[in-house]
Amino acid sequence: MSRSLALPAFGLALAYGLAPLLGSDYLIEAIALPFLALSLAAVGLNLLTGYTGQVSLGSAAFLAIGAYAAFNLNLRVHGQPLPLTIALAGLASAAVGVGFGLPSLRLRGFYLAVSTLAAQFFVQWALNKFAWFSNNSNSGVIDAPKLQFANVSFSSPLGRCYFSLTVVAVLTALVWRLVSVKAGRDFMAVRDHETAARIIGVPVLRAKLTAFAVSSFVIGVAGVLWAFAYLRTVEPDGFNLDRSFQILFIVIIGSLATIRGAFLGALLIVVLPLLLSRLSVAPFGGGIDAGSLDMIQRVVIGAAIIGFLIAEPEGLAALTRRASQFAGRTLKLNAASR
Amino acid sequence: MSPLLRKFASAGAIALGALTSAAALADEQFFPLQSYREGPYAAGGSGFFGGFIDYLNLINIRDGGVNGVKLTWAEGETQYEVERGVEVYERLKNHPAVAAWNPLSVGIAYAMIDRITQDKVPLIAINHGRTDSTDGRLFPYVFPLLLNPYSETSGIVIYIASKLGGLDKLKGKKIVVLYHGSPHGKETIPIYKLLAQKYGFEVSQIEAPHPGVEQQSQWLTIRRARPDYVVLRGWGVMNPVALKTAAKVGFPADHIVGNVWSNSEEDVLPAGEAAIRYTAITTQASGQNYPIIQEIVKTVYGAGNGDLQDKNRIGSVYHNLGVVNGILNVEAMRIAQEKFGHRTLSGDEVRWGFEHLQLDPARVKALDAEGLFHSINVTWDNHEGDGYVTFQRWDGKKWNVVSDWIAPDWKLLHPIVEKSSEAYAKEKGLTIRASETAPLSN
Repeated sequence: MSRSLALPAFGLALAYGLAPLLGSDYLIEAIALPFLALSLAAVGLNLLTGYTGQVSLGSAAFLAIGAYAAFNLNLRVHGQPLPLTIALAGLASAAVGVGFGLPSLRLRGFYLAVSTLAAQFFVQWALNKFAWFSNNSNSGVIDAPKLQFANVSFSSPLGRCYFSLTVVAVLTALVWRLVSVKAGRDFMAVRDHETAARIIGVPVLRAKLTAFAVSSFVIGVAGVLWAFAYLRTVEPDGFNLDRSFQILFIVIIGSLATIRGAFLGALLIVVLPLLLSRLSVAPFGGGIDAGSLDMIQRVVIGAAIIGFLIAEPEGLAALTRRASQFAGRTLKLNAASR
Repeated sequence: MSPLLRKFASAGAIALGALTSAAALADEQFFPLQSYREGPYAAGGSGFFGGFIDYLNLINIRDGGVNGVKLTWAEGETQYEVERGVEVYERLKNHPAVAAWNPLSVGIAYAMIDRITQDKVPLIAINHGRTDSTDGRLFPYVFPLLLNPYSETSGIVIYIASKLGGLDKLKGKKIVVLYHGSPHGKETIPIYKLLAQKYGFEVSQIEAPHPGVEQQSQWLTIRRARPDYVVLRGWGVMNPVALKTAAKVGFPADHIVGNVWSNSEEDVLPAGEAAIRYTAITTQASGQNYPIIQEIVKTVYGAGNGDLQDKNRIGSVYHNLGVVNGILNVEAMRIAQEKFGHRTLSGDEVRWGFEHLQLDPARVKALDAEGLFHSINVTWDNHEGDGYVTFQRWDGKKWNVVSDWIAPDWKLLHPIVEKSSEAYAKEKGLTIRASETAPLSN
């Protein structure tokens, strides 16, 4: 096994092994599940924004499409196996993604970012407007169905954790594979210099649309995890522009165009605020009201993000890479001096 | 270990210690509060949770708890966001002796239904929530106390009829409903249609997309339609904008009737003059002229334990709603204690208390809350408890009650709610509880 595969494989084995030891529902329900769903969404967006250079502000829309598609498939087609539901939900999201990717053939940079906003607003509007999507539920809020496959139920917290972990691992491996073959190199060529890429024969149109499709697929599946495994309820308002920004920030802070950056970014954006809020309870006790405590946390997190970006503008992934290089050099030096 | 790391480690140890030591305390009942004191809906959150905490404090200070069982609580900030609500749920649910959850948010309540049913702890959604959950046969742990959206609609239509001179005078009249583009806003679309058919009035329902800061075209449409009444089914910033825009297009405020989430001081004050003579529905009267509110001022705020930083908000709509919510929670506990003993109760025992939460006007008077709210009559299959509504008019400074206590048309509503919940049971493959003593399977 090559060195580059060893680390992720080790991490994955660790995650599978550690999950049951966590023991507490809190760590799984409040930390692991949102972390996994948003990491996967960030992996998907990174493919589009990091590797292909197309900025998107519509990620939450694709999360919503995945969630609603899975809900409707599950509701309207009886006896459909869960993996098929998830794959079809991803495909639905991919199809819409290609549609909203078309402007990217003519628009670049900020202009494209603004046009992806259309996806964000249109999808949320459509899900709110047409009651069919929520099975004519008056309020438009739906309950996610049970997670069950081949008579095995994943409804317990641990079950949902394993379920999410498996889906995230499989899709991340596929994305990792994709960016290391020719298709992935095409993406990067388009990002680095679109005109040059076109001249040397890179199929720019196909590369862009593929990136939109695969990215939306991955984000759509992340939406299924968000709705089915984590929240277990879906309302269109939950997939607003703030969520899109959150995913974009994960990608930027984690590091563009790296796979592990998505996970590191999610760690900072999802897990750090929760850790802070738990830790801040101890020193302050009940002395400060919950509202002010929340504001203090936000200030701390904002400062931490600025600090991280000043220390390493290329994101957390670059920081960890430098740290490991530094460790490697020190070890070598020590070995040499001995 | 670096000093910083050591600090974090010791903080963690303290937190852990706090959790384990709490487990050893006896005779307390814990209220986990998913409050929101920050974000766009902070005005409602701080008022409601402030009132709730003030009442719990009063019971502790004045009575030493409920039959000797001390009331405790902890807050987690949600900013009205579903994920934060879930996080707080997971954080606080393992605290010993949880009595009930009171999130005051439709979104968070939805995300919690499966969880609280599994954990066997009641979920209280006073004045809101999904109408279906009134049916206790299907949602044993969910309680949309006092008023669900359908009863609210019925109450508003009855009030408008009384202004026109009777239910038969509704025939041929025109009502416009301006609703917030959210789950909450859309919940009542079918029931307005049904009531329009039944009473022969004409209804048109117009959406103000969330958050509702721009309503020019909606109000121009309303002016063209020349309705007899407009029902404002708003939430948050949409309410003052609606009142101001109505004034701009010349629609009279005294022909606008607000729903239960358009009825607070925070909804009308920003609209200034435009809100004068605007009327809104409520389940609890506002103001400080009720013995129980006076007692809170004297005992809780007098001792410096009041929760509201701005004392002028004592007796405001949200604060009084919080107090009423406190009364209902505490009385459910008391009723359950009479059956199970004067001790710390399990969540399921508190649920039993809520299912027998019957406070007639005499009991409400004994609780010093006469006039604050009317009565409640929860049973195992009716988790709303048939709350009465009243209407209050804004005079530019305060709300004044302008109607008697009105009973919504429950006879009409109950079969509709049951039909809808039975359809839901079929969709989800759930079993319907046949009697109070039937085992809970959902």
